[in-house]
Amino acid sequence: MNPSNGKGSIATASSSGAWKVGDVVPDQFPAGLRVLVVDDDPTCLVILEKMLRACLYAVTKCNRAEIALSLLRENKNGFDIVISDVHMPDMDGFKLLEHIGLEMDLPVIMMSADDEKNVVMKGVTHGACDYLIKPVRIEALKNIWQHVVRKRKNEWKELDQSGSLEDGDRQQKPSDEVEYSSSANEGNWKSSKKRKDEEEDIEDRDDTSTLKKPRVVWSVELHQQFVAAVNQLGIDKAVPKKILELMNVPGLTRENVASHLQKYRLYLRRLSGVSQHHSSLNNSFISAQEATFGSMSSLNGLDLQTLAVTGQLPAQSLATLQAAGLGRPTAKSGIPMPLVDQRNLFSFENPKPRFGEGQQQHLSSSKPVNLLHGIPTTMEPKQLANLHQSAQPLGNMNVQVNAHGGHSSSLLMQMGQTQSRGQILNESAGSHVPRLPSSVGHPAISNGIAGGVIGINGIGDNSRGIGYNQVRPTSSMLSFPMNHTSELASNSFPLGSTPGISNITPKGAFQDEINSEIKGSTGFGASYDIFNDLHQQKSQNWELHNVGLQFSASQNANRLQGNLDISPSVLVRQGYSSSQTSGQNRNVSDIGRAVFSGVESTQQGNTQIIGQQLNNFLVDNSVRVKAESIPDAGSQSILFPENNFGQEDLMSALLKQQQGGIAPAESEFDLDGYSIDNIPV
Amino acid sequence: MEVGQLQRRLVDYTKSLLTEGILDDQFSQLQKLQDESDPGFLVEVVSLFFEDSEKLLNDITGALDQQSVDFKTVDGYVHQLKGSSASVGALRLKNACVAFRSFCEEQSLEGCLRSLQEVKQEYYNVKNKVETLFKMEKQIVAAGGSVPKTE
Repeated sequence: MNPSNGKGSIATASSSGAWKVGDVVPDQFPAGLRVLVVDDDPTCLVILEKMLRACLYAVTKCNRAEIALSLLRENKNGFDIVISDVHMPDMDGFKLLEHIGLEMDLPVIMMSADDEKNVVMKGVTHGACDYLIKPVRIEALKNIWQHVVRKRKNEWKELDQSGSLEDGDRQQKPSDEVEYSSSANEGNWKSSKKRKDEEEDIEDRDDTSTLKKPRVVWSVELHQQFVAAVNQLGIDKAVPKKILELMNVPGLTRENVASHLQKYRLYLRRLSGVSQHHSSLNNSFISAQEATFGSMSSLNGLDLQTLAVTGQLPAQSLATLQAAGLGRPTAKSGIPMPLVDQRNLFSFENPKPRFGEGQQQHLSSSKPVNLLHGIPTTMEPKQLANLHQSAQPLGNMNVQVNAHGGHSSSLLMQMGQTQSRGQILNESAGSHVPRLPSSVGHPAISNGIAGGVIGINGIGDNSRGIGYNQVRPTSSMLSFPMNHTSELASNSFPLGSTPGISNITPKGAFQDEINSEIKGSTGFGASYDIFNDLHQQKSQNWELHNVGLQFSASQNANRLQGNLDISPSVLVRQGYSSSQTSGQNRNVSDIGRAVFSGVESTQQGNTQIIGQQLNNFLVDNSVRVKAESIPDAGSQSILFPENNFGQEDLMSALLKQQQGGIAPAESEFDLDGYSIDNIPV
Repeated sequence: MEVGQLQRRLVDYTKSLLTEGILDDQFSQLQKLQDESDPGFLVEVVSLFFEDSEKLLNDITGALDQQSVDFKTVDGYVHQLKGSSASVGALRLKNACVAFRSFCEEQSLEGCLRSLQEVKQEYYNVKNKVETLFKMEKQIVAAGGSVPKTE
């Protein structure tokens, strides 16, 4: 076997970009395909090896999952596809599958003598690209190369989103996608697009598209760095190139980052997808948004939906938000949630576990869990884009958030978002707790929220607040969605940390309102805090958001509202708090972050921004927002500092805001938990 | 016996094993995989299978011999045996494993013990037959001929 040849041919073919785009596969392919076979049964292992060799593949066999993982980690890009048995003594095959999917993003084929439907279904939900029943015949093995090709193709497609939001992985509705993409394009996508246009992009593409694409083993640390970078940049701005620069990891290429980003987003999407059913919130949000969107004050009741509805948030984001948020189907339409409620919402205490869980997990996982799920943050398109990118689930949220992009009501959106967050949180707070997790599943949501928040960041100088945990999403977000989507399980959001949220309140970022929120979200706070720490870096993410964030100077009242532009209303919250009170916001954002963290860090970037904005917003809300006239981009940095808030913070911030109506400093922003201030925009 | 005859005998023998269901098409597939570059492949795989299976049978016996039988563990072993049997083409053995598993699910100790007996029987049966097959192949090779591929 000459793996190199096989690959090389592909590589060459791809150099022209044909490989990936045109799916033109060199003749030699699939010869040389590098396969890793894992099975504890020695007989099967030998037989498989023999068969694969007969197919002219380059085979490496191993009988332990741990060994397989270390092999994969050591040889980044050393394999093209993995075939693994389901029942293994040292590690469950599905667990291995998840690890591989997260860290290396390789196609994995599961196999077993077990052909029971539920087992096969498990393979599907865990992301296996195929399932073979033993005894495996050589004919079945002959075609496994298709999975490699398909994956590469999809990855590129994702990157290509800027131009064409192919439905592809996007779960979003086509219309949303379009919407999103167009707006997103302006945001991240544009950059990605640009990148594409650039020569190096093309070249990079080629490289990545080739089978030979060096595989980076995304260890936990690396992933955390990635998430941090994404958060720092902000979802919208999370361009692989910049992420790469921020990460500053030698040997890491842009393609690696790009594909990982894609994967991450898919992952978030998957998470949110699981909880999609929960995301009826989005729907409600959207509708609610329309209704309530106009009234910022009514943010309370402003469910993200309304925000989303306001058209700001693309359906997708809403969905994601919802999904992310908590899968709370009840998109708090018309968030009439009294501030108190909002608090509750944020008092993620209950939900905390959800988020927390998710968050925790995600702290490192770059997938920002869209804690914001339900919160149809009015993330600005860009943000949405970012969010979208980062985590599909968030995207939904973002969509919502972005929708409002320029709305003064963005605040509302934010609020809505926050609401959604709140809702989400509430859900979690209450018995809903699971909601969050569900949203967790929707990492996207939180991200979305974050995104939304970011928009709001404009409002809050506190973009920090938004530090939104969107950035965190990775850490917290994951934990969030994870909780529910469970499959994603990684989301162990430490939400359970009610205490965390409480932290937020004190942060002061959230001023009274926020505090209230924070309190409410303390549940989250707790978790967020955790995330915060984790996501310290988040602030960066917010940057991106800030951009999107509309934190218009007209902040204060507007801020919250106007900034709601930030799709992730949550972000706004953060923003607010972050604005000046970055410290305070932090808290909030932390909380928010925590929340957002769950959302999945991917969104973090966005959410963060949004979150920050939210924070800022929130913070300012009570104090900051107003005072700070949303530092906008400037404040972005501030906002993001809190990135830790992740989306959750944003969410909480948003929720808070919503609760208090975007009115600045209103208690509306009960960003309890959401240290929206910190929305690092 | 001359080579031609030996070869014919081998072919017939293999066919009969297939007909009886002791071996199935998977085994033929494995035979086809064997080529000049790797003439000992089939023997190697099957030996590996025997070794592994005997270990599994011992494990199962031990597990059923416990004061309090953990049927899950037993099921795990049987599942594995089923998988490898299927992979080498030991059809009857595989089917015996399938039946065994249902007893494990029912948590019927008696049923499991009986199944174990059946599985052991099938195992020794297929082991015997395949070893005979290999002997015949050796003979052919020793006589200067080449092992015919079974269609």
